[in-house]
Amino acid sequence: MSHFKDLFDTYNWDITLKSIYDKTALEVSAALSKDKLDMEDFKALLSPAAQPFIEEMAQKSQLLTKKRFGNTMQMYVPMYLSNECQNICTYCGFSMTNKIPRRTLTDAEILKEVAFLKAKGYDHILLVTGEANRTVGVEYLKNAIQLIRAQFSNITIEVQPLDQDEYELLVENGLYAVLVYQETYHREEYKKHHPKGRKSNFDYRLDTPDRLGKAGIHKIGLGALFGLEDWRADSFFTALHLKYLQKNYWKTKYSISFPRLRPHSSGLEPKVEMTDADLVQLICAFRLFDEDIELSMSTRESELFRDHIVELGITSISAESKTNPGGYSVEPQSLEQFEISDERSTEEIVSMLKSKDLEVVWKDWEHFENASTS
Amino acid sequence: MNNLLKIADKEFSSRLFTGTGKFSSSQIMKEALLASQSELITVALKRVDVQNENDDILSHLNHKHINLLPNTSGVRTAKEAIFAAKLSREALGTNWVKLEIHPDPRYLLPDPIETLKAAEELVKLGFVVMPYIHADPVLCKRLEDVGVQCVMPLGAPIGSNKGLKTQDFLEIIIEQSNVPVIIDAGIGAPSHAAYAMELGADAVLVNTAIAVSQDPIKMAVAFKMAVEAGRMAYEAKLAPINKKAAASSPLTSFLN
Repeated sequence: MSHFKDLFDTYNWDITLKSIYDKTALEVSAALSKDKLDMEDFKALLSPAAQPFIEEMAQKSQLLTKKRFGNTMQMYVPMYLSNECQNICTYCGFSMTNKIPRRTLTDAEILKEVAFLKAKGYDHILLVTGEANRTVGVEYLKNAIQLIRAQFSNITIEVQPLDQDEYELLVENGLYAVLVYQETYHREEYKKHHPKGRKSNFDYRLDTPDRLGKAGIHKIGLGALFGLEDWRADSFFTALHLKYLQKNYWKTKYSISFPRLRPHSSGLEPKVEMTDADLVQLICAFRLFDEDIELSMSTRESELFRDHIVELGITSISAESKTNPGGYSVEPQSLEQFEISDERSTEEIVSMLKSKDLEVVWKDWEHFENASTS
Repeated sequence: MNNLLKIADKEFSSRLFTGTGKFSSSQIMKEALLASQSELITVALKRVDVQNENDDILSHLNHKHINLLPNTSGVRTAKEAIFAAKLSREALGTNWVKLEIHPDPRYLLPDPIETLKAAEELVKLGFVVMPYIHADPVLCKRLEDVGVQCVMPLGAPIGSNKGLKTQDFLEIIIEQSNVPVIIDAGIGAPSHAAYAMELGADAVLVNTAIAVSQDPIKMAVAFKMAVEAGRMAYEAKLAPINKKAAASSPLTSFLN
């Protein structure tokens, strides 16, 4: 069986980084004129040499996105189930050493939150937890999915990495997608930011999308947390990961997210800054690199940024998110994982999208696969 | 006036079939589809809430000229497709189904093996099966054998707007088929649609090219006209393209 690690280990971070920074305007032009881009073209579009081409990239990105996805925007919403966590992550509000009240939602609390989100119109939901395997392990997740699956057509989780058989169990129970971000592909930096807990195992995390592919998941979401290391190199490795997975698990769909470090209660400052222009460049580079990939945008970003980026390549967004368990209706005052930036209501986001002639898509999935059990 | 197209027990005066995806709003979708005068309109089951009679897409398709053609987009296997078809028959009250099985979520290319399996079973269950497939002449005959009511070979990958990239195979399919041939996917311009009709296709299905154009309503009319013109030309019989050399000095006159 194949593993991304085997490919990944043939790359050297510093050499890769230098090769991105060495790209020239000529190579950017060449990449822009191609229909099928390779990894070297992607490096060119990520490079500083591409900065003067950002408008051209945005125009092409918009065109490709419209062709593939039409004039639509998929809506989703996160629901935090638990903030219990046995990891130390230097950038995260839920980090084990942070003295915050911990809560894991009960069935009744989950249903209360669900009722709140259903009233807003949501049909695609993202369930989020920290990593606390004893209380929030695979059985807890299975129960949560069973509890809500009649009410949501599409269920995604963003939780601790699991084993293949655990993923298979959740898929059988109606799980559609898993988001698992490597945070950074820089092995040593990763170690610094994840000194304790199961998350400190870089290789297990790196292998997670392989396990998901083998478990037959419908969609895998990839990404890096920008701010930990150089965003260009981290994005290159994300794309390398993507291409590897597409070849090996061809029945699975993929999405990319672009989280930038946000302020939270432990206050880590980004080591490598990523400007708004950088993020636009990256989103457009991904669209040019892969016409079919879903590109997702959370409420981490500002109103102004989101108002414009929805026209440039993004295909799914969230709104009104709360990043604390019970944050919608059970205990709205509790401490969040990170501060969101765009605090507008779902209704406001919907009308913003409509004003840009984008049709809001609430439902785009159906549980056909459980034919024998339903 | 062009000949009517008959599929199963229904006659269609329009040979332009359309879809409901990618429009900027349900209202524009409705106006464009009505302007196209299309009588068969496909809708992805996964995109609609069949339990909700006020579903935004479905409520905009409630019109006397419109026949709904539910499609199984999103399924990966024959088993899932059969489940989806049954669900749609129950909820939407139609036994017509556009059978789409694409386990590959990137290019949405159809799985021929699962499609044949599902088609056979669905025909037995009384469905009018319209399978979306590669431009594979042998597969078309195999599907015909199991009783599908038409075949829907692709011109190019869905949404690619590349036109009839599979032309050589489409011509074989059209030549051999005993059921209507509907060219589905890849048609990006009215000229592609007209050309498909001139080749003898019985109908075309167009979605992206209408939905994503700057003026979907105008584009819908353009496709309607192109399909009509292409069909008319086909029925009128195109003047042959003379491929033979016409020599001015005969070479064999000495034989006389």
